[in-house]
Amino acid sequence: MFKQIKLAAIAATVVAAAGVANAAEFKPAIVFDMGGKFDKSFNEAAFNGAEEFKKGSGIDYMEFEVTQVSQREQAMKRMAKKGATIIVAMGFAQASAVEKAAKANPDTKFTIIDMVVDLPNVQSIVFKEHEGSFLVGMAAALSSKTGKVGFVGGMDIPLIRKFALGYVEGAKYAKSGTEVFQNMTGTTPSAWNDPTKGGELARSQFDRGADVVFAAAGGTGIGVYQAAKDSGKFAIGVDSNQNYMHPGTMLTSMTKRVDVAVKEAFATAKAGTWQAGIKVLGLKEGGVGYAVDEHNKGVLSADVVAKLEKARADIISGKLKVTNYMSK
Amino acid sequence: MSEQSAKFGTPAKVPAWVNLALIPFVNLMAAFFISGIVIFIVGDNPFQALEVLVYGAFGYADAIGYTLYYTTNFIFTGLAVAIAFHCGLFNIGAEGQALMSGLGVGLAALYLDFLPFWLVIPIAIFAAALFGAFWAAVPGYLQAKRGSHIVITTIMFNFIAASIMTYMLVEILIAPGGQSPESREFEAVTWLPFFHDFLPIPETPLNISFIFALLLSAAFYYFVWHTRWGYEIRVVGQNETAAKYAGISPAKNIVLAMFISGALAGFVGVNEVLGVHHRLILDFTGGFGFVGIAVALMGRNHPVGIFIAALLFGALYQGGSELAFEMKSINREMVIVIQGLIILFSGALEHMFRPKIEAFFKRKSTTQVAEA
Repeated sequence: MFKQIKLAAIAATVVAAAGVANAAEFKPAIVFDMGGKFDKSFNEAAFNGAEEFKKGSGIDYMEFEVTQVSQREQAMKRMAKKGATIIVAMGFAQASAVEKAAKANPDTKFTIIDMVVDLPNVQSIVFKEHEGSFLVGMAAALSSKTGKVGFVGGMDIPLIRKFALGYVEGAKYAKSGTEVFQNMTGTTPSAWNDPTKGGELARSQFDRGADVVFAAAGGTGIGVYQAAKDSGKFAIGVDSNQNYMHPGTMLTSMTKRVDVAVKEAFATAKAGTWQAGIKVLGLKEGGVGYAVDEHNKGVLSADVVAKLEKARADIISGKLKVTNYMSK
Repeated sequence: MSEQSAKFGTPAKVPAWVNLALIPFVNLMAAFFISGIVIFIVGDNPFQALEVLVYGAFGYADAIGYTLYYTTNFIFTGLAVAIAFHCGLFNIGAEGQALMSGLGVGLAALYLDFLPFWLVIPIAIFAAALFGAFWAAVPGYLQAKRGSHIVITTIMFNFIAASIMTYMLVEILIAPGGQSPESREFEAVTWLPFFHDFLPIPETPLNISFIFALLLSAAFYYFVWHTRWGYEIRVVGQNETAAKYAGISPAKNIVLAMFISGALAGFVGVNEVLGVHHRLILDFTGGFGFVGIAVALMGRNHPVGIFIAALLFGALYQGGSELAFEMKSINREMVIVIQGLIILFSGALEHMFRPKIEAFFKRKSTTQVAEA
């Protein structure tokens, strides 16, 4: 019975594909990680990118949200078996799964975000988060009245320490005496999705005198932003532009254009210009940055923006160096 | 049977198959029924969903491999929780114990990989059991000697284990030049053989840990019901005062039961780290420890029941991921809802149908007796 359904489905696809021959050959796929595609942050940015591609090209994509470690490899192999042309894997945690699946399916293209996998059919896209964090660190220090700013990280891993280090450097660069409080939400993956604890950490930092808090914590950030709104302090969003969530108390967002990266990966694979290898996206490439839109116009002063723009130019030209925690 | 119930004053008994098969089956059907309604509300065909679920779990060779691989983990954690139950202890810490066992496996495999496989693999397995056992024995000791409640301490130990693992992986064991918190890949000499290495089946994570699980189930049965130690543990579990009166030390048995419990949970580390991933990673336990509680409850703390319950959960995990893959309207949250309903009906609402079914069979057996 099930096989019949499957056959029928295949037949339907074939018939449908006959009309759009080009589309049948190109099958994009994406594997979201533990956070889930609606984490309002990293994975959701990827989801938005994929949706945008779908809207632009009319080509639907396969997707899977991982709940178990071993599902990553399983999902990728399933997608490859179903004829996926390109499989985008979200997040550093999928590296070993990509490695195995890419070796087993040398004809399938793989793109991994946030991690480097060195194989002939894998494209690795990494971001210079420290550069973006540096700028929002400056924004925090320049907007702070108390000279104290906070950082709430998600899970305590090198990637988040990279955010933290850039943020601290930026804050001290803008105003040398700035004090930075740092807290990590936890040591387990649940730290990516614990808004309650995020809120608590933010409040404790406010109690110690901080008046701007940067959350690099996935879904946990939602609690941080809420706490900032409740106490009338500023918060800085991460990954996606989150300014819209609480206009007036969101100072800015450190954007990491995961959506663009995903869309590009799909688009270049379709156009045939996709290339394996490492792609590093920093300020120069527009891969990271800070968000200015109608929601934070009133809180991020033009003076601060001017200083940030100057620092951005300096970082791009190499005049200003930001330490990368990973290569420290 | 009829002889027993004929005796005046003894309660009428229910046939064993009712307890072991019928009631769990009725509970399961109720859970599927409610899940079906939920799926219908979301706008999908519940029968098709069930078909995908079953086909995804048992329909083809890959699927069976994955199902049995999940089952392996659930057998280990189910047995771990069960042995503690027999001693009257509620071990919620199987998750943390499994995590620590992974550390034991990892250390052995990373630093002793110059040894031949017949030496390094047993050492790694022993390390897994020992690390897990230690992580359970400490709360056991605190319960036995200090009266700290085992539920609280084992939960806390889960967090401590997670923190230790993160520290070790972020600061010490991280692969040189690596970004994500995982160790380097172990040398191939330490890998447990997969089933697909020696059987003509497709590549799946199923490895010989599954055999270990079956052997441990048999050993569990023998230990609990056919040794003096098992007897003592059960006596302590049923009545501590009586145990003391009989000259059995509750403290000793609490620590022993927890020690064994942790060692059993530790085999999750063997299956995952040594069998599948071949490297130490952060979140390899993936909630298996907690589901082990449900497995032990459903399996009535008996190895056979635990095997069946573990198989059910293994099928749910594998079939569930298939469901999320095949049907777009069913996402992973939906799969968790279905799994949760099954745990709810077979664990928490266990007594919903039981009295009625039991009463029915008791009436039947008493009429039989009367007829006799």
